[in-house]
Amino acid sequence: MSRLIRESVGDRVFLIINFILITMLFLIIAYPLYFVIIASISDVDYVSTGRVILYPIGINFEGYRRVFSDSLIMTGYRNTIFYTVVGTLFNLTLTIPAAYALSKKDLVGRNFLMGIFAFTMYFSGGMIPTFLLVRDLKLLDTWWVLILTSGVTCYNLIIARTFFQNGVPQELEEAAVIDGCSRVRLFISIVLPLSRAIIAVLALYYGIARWNSWFPGMIYLDSRAKAPLQLILRDILIENQQMALDETGIGTEAEAIRLKLATLLKYCLIIVSSAPVLIVYPFLQKYFNQGVMLGSIKG
Amino acid sequence: MLQNTSPTGLSTSSRSLWQRIIRNYDLYLFILPALIWYLVFTYGPLYGVQIAFKNFNGALGIWGSPWIGFKHFRNFLTAYSFPILLRNTILLSLYSLVAGFPFPILLALMLNELGFKRYKKIVQTVTYAPHFISMVVMIGMLTLFFSPSMGVFNSIREVFGLQSVSFLTRPEMFRHLYVWSGVWQGMGWGSIIYLAALSAVDPEQHEAAIIDGASRLQRIRYINIPVLLPTITILLILNCGSILSVGYEKVLLMQNDLILDTSEVISTYVYKRGLLRAEYSYSSAVGLFNNVVNVTVLLLVNTVVRKLGQSSLF
Repeated sequence: MSRLIRESVGDRVFLIINFILITMLFLIIAYPLYFVIIASISDVDYVSTGRVILYPIGINFEGYRRVFSDSLIMTGYRNTIFYTVVGTLFNLTLTIPAAYALSKKDLVGRNFLMGIFAFTMYFSGGMIPTFLLVRDLKLLDTWWVLILTSGVTCYNLIIARTFFQNGVPQELEEAAVIDGCSRVRLFISIVLPLSRAIIAVLALYYGIARWNSWFPGMIYLDSRAKAPLQLILRDILIENQQMALDETGIGTEAEAIRLKLATLLKYCLIIVSSAPVLIVYPFLQKYFNQGVMLGSIKG
Repeated sequence: MLQNTSPTGLSTSSRSLWQRIIRNYDLYLFILPALIWYLVFTYGPLYGVQIAFKNFNGALGIWGSPWIGFKHFRNFLTAYSFPILLRNTILLSLYSLVAGFPFPILLALMLNELGFKRYKKIVQTVTYAPHFISMVVMIGMLTLFFSPSMGVFNSIREVFGLQSVSFLTRPEMFRHLYVWSGVWQGMGWGSIIYLAALSAVDPEQHEAAIIDGASRLQRIRYINIPVLLPTITILLILNCGSILSVGYEKVLLMQNDLILDTSEVISTYVYKRGLLRAEYSYSSAVGLFNNVVNVTVLLLVNTVVRKLGQSSLF
């Protein structure tokens, strides 16, 4: 408060307006998310008639029970966990050592190699030649196609390289080399432990991209058994493919019930599929910010 | 070079170059996996781009298919749908740029003035959240909120005695829904980079301005906005450079047969002609055309900005 008193009248008005505007933006962004949460545990009738606005009405967890007992969704969930964990490890194994090596200023051909990596950021083969390549490599509809088709993102490579340039003290590495430490040992036992922050940033960037991706799954996979969660979500949320519901009655009333249930399930599905990411990220927010800042440094 | 020749016949400079390469051989091994992946999965498709100038035949393969020159490009540029696709693509990305670009800057400037640290942190956490929602879920939410029968928007409209509107199947609504849902999703995340730039402002500058009697608005105008200008310029270049590259993922998810008039853009057209109708050569040509235009525009904008003496991308 003491701070506010020192402000001039004009500044105080400004601060109040600023506070109100921010709060409005905050509500506009937060409300749809909040609404999905309360709608997922409310009675569908109250949701569809617009009576659920501020708090859940007719609380029940029927939707969640059904989502968790749906075999297609649970298969998708397992598949996505597999793709995310193995895929992110693959991304990191490719990116981190390369970024470390590229951060060494005395590396001959460093700029040329960086150019190779950066070029396809601007000019790439495009969707169709990529698809034909994946087809020719006999990767279509395999467990590995989604893992292998995403490897190094140039942006992430640059972030990591910037980190290694500034984050790991050069003297420490030189001392280790003089003591007869090999480059590989140096990297594993000295550089990596000092680089937890950048590993976290990259793991999050890659991991979330993997968790959220649906399009490669749609064009590269045929069998539902291998489909990632997002692809199954798309079928249910957007293409309105019905989930296997028990009620198979005929007539308009049964149809109406089915429609309501389908709507409820959609709200629950949104929560169930987004929860892991939304729960994890606030704890790692400082790392995200760090990543954006590293990426914004030119060089 | 000649006077530097050493007994082994190699010039000392090139020998030391080789020595430097050999001494660092392990560093090259570090890069090797990433390089191999890159060559296969991003340069591999570049090799395949040649089918844009060929009549691709699966049995003959990429190399063996006969050349036909620019026929596919001519076909596309003279196609009935070309002007529509071009218009839709440009309108959608211009609208996204004009509506979406200022919000992250405003949010960052506003958050920077907010005194309550805890509240600021909460606002940041919540405004970043939509960025982490997958596109499928984002469009799923849009579908749920705007659906004519079960959607919240229409139930609210009905409460006020208004007719229920099928927002998602109205061609004139597509762009608004696309752009404003994008603003909703990207505003918070986009503000991080500006907040980072603002945090680099020397506090003494503000203190000096306060002593000189500058109001908060004046300090924003004369201290904070100039600090943000280089970042703004670079992001504008990048955005203008991608004016013809509307991504296909979100559009495909939002599309239905009733709104094709406004929603069909070049990238979704490539997907449909290429993967759904298996016209590989033609769609590769369309994709390549799009890519070349993008790079050209990016280079042009960058050159213009550099000539004007502003910070540029390269």
